[in-house]
Parts: sequence; structure tokens; C-alpha cells
Amino acid sequence: MYTLTGLKLKNPAILAAGVLGTSGASLCRVVRVGRAGAVVTKSIGPLPKTGHPNPSMVKLDCGFLNAMGLPNPSYPDFLQELEFAKKNSDAPVIASIFGGTPSEFAEVAEGLLPAKPDAFELNVSCPHAEGYGAAIGSNPCIVEAVTAAVKDVVNVPVWVKLTPNVSDIASIGNAAESGGANAVVAINTVKGMAIDIESGYPVLGNRSGGLSGKAVKPVAVKCIYDLYTALEIPVIGVGGVSSWEDAVEMMMAGAAAVQVGSAVYDRVDIFSEISTGIEAFLKRKGYSDIKKIIGLAHEMV
Amino acid sequence: MLPLNATITHIIEESPLIRTFFFDHEFGDMEPGQFVMVWVRGVDEVPMGLSGKNSITVQKIGEATSKLFELKEGDSFGLRGPFGKGFTLPAKGEKVLLIAGGVGAVPLLPYAEAACAIGAEANTLIGARSSEYLLFEGRFEALGKVYISTDDGSKGVKGFAVDALRSLNLAAYDRIAVCGPERMMASVFSLLEERKVIEKTEFSLHRYFKCGIGVCGACCIDPSGLRVCKDGPVFSGVQLIGSELGKYSRDASGRRVKI
Ligand SMILES: Cc1cc2nc3c(=O)[nH]c(=O)nc-3n(C[C@H](O)[C@H](O)[C@H](O)COP(=O)(O)O)c2cc1C
Repeated sequence: MYTLTGLKLKNPAILAAGVLGTSGASLCRVVRVGRAGAVVTKSIGPLPKTGHPNPSMVKLDCGFLNAMGLPNPSYPDFLQELEFAKKNSDAPVIASIFGGTPSEFAEVAEGLLPAKPDAFELNVSCPHAEGYGAAIGSNPCIVEAVTAAVKDVVNVPVWVKLTPNVSDIASIGNAAESGGANAVVAINTVKGMAIDIESGYPVLGNRSGGLSGKAVKPVAVKCIYDLYTALEIPVIGVGGVSSWEDAVEMMMAGAAAVQVGSAVYDRVDIFSEISTGIEAFLKRKGYSDIKKIIGLAHEMV
Repeated sequence: MLPLNATITHIIEESPLIRTFFFDHEFGDMEPGQFVMVWVRGVDEVPMGLSGKNSITVQKIGEATSKLFELKEGDSFGLRGPFGKGFTLPAKGEKVLLIAGGVGAVPLLPYAEAACAIGAEANTLIGARSSEYLLFEGRFEALGKVYISTDDGSKGVKGFAVDALRSLNLAAYDRIAVCGPERMMASVFSLLEERKVIEKTEFSLHRYFKCGIGVCGACCIDPSGLRVCKDGPVFSGVQLIGSELGKYSRDASGRRVKI
């Protein structure tokens, strides 16, 4: 057992937001088949949204580009999915939420409380949804206000998910911490674009979107490294993790746990692979506890 | 994989609202039942079953398919795939029954062709609104026996596919493959369950696809959580017992919509 902001996890590999998280049944499958230590839902907002037109996700040689556009059924309709996930999974379920203002965030959080999520993750980092996500998450004052507004209405841990598309991610992390965040999650996708040279059309329906997968791992490692230095609260690492080695690297940068998104493309049971890989690594290297490697790179000077 | 550029080489008008588009790229290793994502640039990208190694057969229903119908020979669209899991091919000497409703005949045609090439027997039950909407009738006939139902009785049994299915000897078949509108598949599913032959069936499902590559989760079905775009679109009947089939699906926002 492993504790993260008070939640009990069987292992530190968590399903990232927006991936296989649209339905309760899908979240449960990631726990049952994938052995994820915890699962985060699709980001849920105040109103139903169909998202951007397709293509909404393409595979590149170096990773993936996506612009889903925060499709979600709105919190009243998502309640039944969250309830199903809570009832049928033995791992913590974290509700990812978004809104356009602090009060909208609070409204969505309160609306999902009856399903008893184990924690909330605030999406202030989606790079391709106008008025939401990174539009909010690049302003420290708003990030602090959003965090505080949700903390005010819930009594479970609140994680704040950050965008790397800012000049100083540590200042945004500081704002989340000042607002009362129990952890930060870094990183959401990195702004990106691809163009179909046969026609000149941008490939994504939204024209541009966010880069994830292998290509963003070094960006994530640096963000985690900087946040670990700047903050007291735990940093949860995400971005390009597709093996236990990637997870260990993120932990050495300062991640208390990792999330995995795009890598479910290859296999849903990536979570169990990561957790057994970490166990074997700790044993081989003689580390008595996973805590010994968290932030290790900071000591190596 | 970025969409490849597929140029239309030939178009066949199959029925009033259905056209086959042949293109200049061959998916040599496609499994019957797999789909491609068809990108009508500037409009949308939609999943389409392959009707052959180098063709899709499309019913005009929405914005993207309407725009596709405006394209001529020499025009092009984007293509990604083939994706997903197809039908299980029969062994030599086996007997398969294909049950096609409307445009659901699309993935069943390459399946029938592959089955015959292996040395299996492929008979088909085609259901449609009326005789002019029967898809691939002649091509299925060239491969095996064909049974027909039309809603208006203009050809074959008057009624739905399930009505024509009742009179067939299902025990004679080693495999049964089904594709069609959800209500048709749900009624066929019930009959096949009742006749205790669900273990030898496969169904090709359709759900709203967003990413199309098994990552986003928009097309997962209840209560298994299986992804239609990656774990399907073809599922065994056993996988679908007690599922949402025929009850509800989820729209682009993830809201449940009654079938
Ligand atoms: C298809 C897709 C949908 C996503 N949706 C969300 C979302 O709804 N909310 C969110 O906070 N992050 C979302 N993300 C970002 C991921 O949670 C993750 O931060 C990012 O993809 C980097 O991790 P990865 O390389 O493991 O995918 C999404 C990513 C992908 C690929």
C-alpha cells in the first residue's frame, strides 16, 4: 500500500485524465484489467460539450497529437458513471473537473460530491478549449482562486493539473499551493500542430492541439524537477510515461506518483507492468522504500 | 500515423443512398470487419467499414457523408487504418451464415469472399427497407445462398431480417456473423440467444468514435468497458450478453441516448 494525499493506492501508476475515462465501466476495466493504482475521470464541466470535430487524435512518430475539446456529458449526467466506478472498482477514483470561473469549478465539484469521488483534479491546463483549461491555468491569480473555491466546498483532497505552456510553471504551482491544493499534477499536453502536406489542411479538426506521449517526457521531467524544488506539496508526474523506466525517471525528478495516458494505446495493462518494474528496480538497487528515489536527482550534485 | 491521401479511382452507385468509392491505395492485410477513418478535409473524420481492400461503401446520412458524395473520380480524401478487430475467419469446410441489415452488408461482403477463398460455405441473409436498398445482393449470390427480407415485402420475406431468420436451420452453421442497424442486431441477438447458438456468433457494433485508436474511451460499452474501436468493432455474442446492445449508446458528449 502506498499513500498519496491521504489516498491509499496499491501502486503508484495512475490512469491520466481524459483517457478511457468517459464511462464508469471503462474506468473499472482499467483497474481490473490494467491494475491501475487509481483512475482519473474524463474532465467534466458544467454543461454538455460534444468537443471538436474529428480528426481529434493522431499518432505521430514521436507521440500523439489530440484536440478532443473537452467532450463531456456535464456533471449531472456523469454522476451515474462516477457512481458506477466507485461501486465497482477497488482503487481510488479521482474526478477531473473544469469550468470557466472559480464558481463554475465549485458548482461542478459540488455536483459530483454525491458520488463520493476520492479526490478532485482541477483541469486548468487543457491547451485547446477556449475559455477553459490553459486559458485559466496560465494566470496564477485565477489558479489560486479556482483552487480555493473548490477547497471551500469539498472535504477530499484537491489536485491541480498544470500546463507546461507557460514561461514559469513553478509560479503557477505556487499559486495552486497557496489556494490550498493537496498536490499538483504535471503536465498536460504541449501545444502542437500537424499539417497534411497533400492538401495543406491542418490535420486536427480543431487545427491545432496538444502533444503527448514519448515526445513530451523530457518536458515533463523538467517541469516536475522545477515544481519539486518550488513546492511543499507532492508533485504527480505525467507526460510520456510508457515504461517503468520512465516512471522511475519521473520519480527521481520529484514525482510522488505517475499518471499514464497515451501509452494505453499499446496496452491497457501498462499500469501493472510499471508497478512490477518499479518493485523489481527498488529491490535490485537495494532501496528500502520508494520514497528513497523520489527527488533523488536533486541530491546528485 | 497521419492520414494517407486516397484518390478516388471509381465510384459505383449501389442504391439510392449508397455508393462504393474505390481508391488508389490497397490495404493488403485488412481483416474483414476492420474499419478505416475517412477524413473529409475541412468537415469531419468518420469511421467506415472496408467493403474491400481498396474500397469503402457509404450511406449518405450526415454532413461528412454528404460532402463525400460530392466528390468525383480523381478527388481525394484522407484515410487512416485499418483499425480494430475483424470477424474470425472460418476453417475450410465450415458453414457460415451472414446476417446483413442495410448498409451492414459492407463488412460482411469481404468476410464472405474471404470465407469462400478458404473453402468455407457462406450463405447470406440480407434485410432492407425495400428491394432497391438490398446491398450487394448479386455479389453475395455469386458466393453462396441468399435469403432476403424487405420491410415492405417488395422482395423475399415481408418483414425484418429476424423474421426471415426464424425459418432457417441455425444448427447447420458453424459460425454466424451479424452487422446492421442496432435494433435489427438486438432482435437478431435475442433470437440467437433463444436458439442457444450465441457461442457461435459475432456482431459488428457501431458507436460514436472520437480518437478511433483506443485511447480516449468515447466508444466503450457497458458493462464490460470494452472499446468498440479497438477491442471491437467485432465482438463475440458471448461478450455482448447483458450488454448495452439495443438499449442505449453514448453520443459525442458521452451522454447516454436510448436506442
Ligand atoms: C485523448 C486525450 C484526452 C485528454 N483529455 C484530458 C482531459 O480531459 N483532462 C486533462 O486534464 N487532461 C487530458 N489529457 C492530457 C493527459 O491527461 C496527459 O496529461 C497528457 O496526455 C500527457 O500524458 P501522456 O503522455 O501519458 O499521454 C488528455 C490526453 C489525451 C491524449
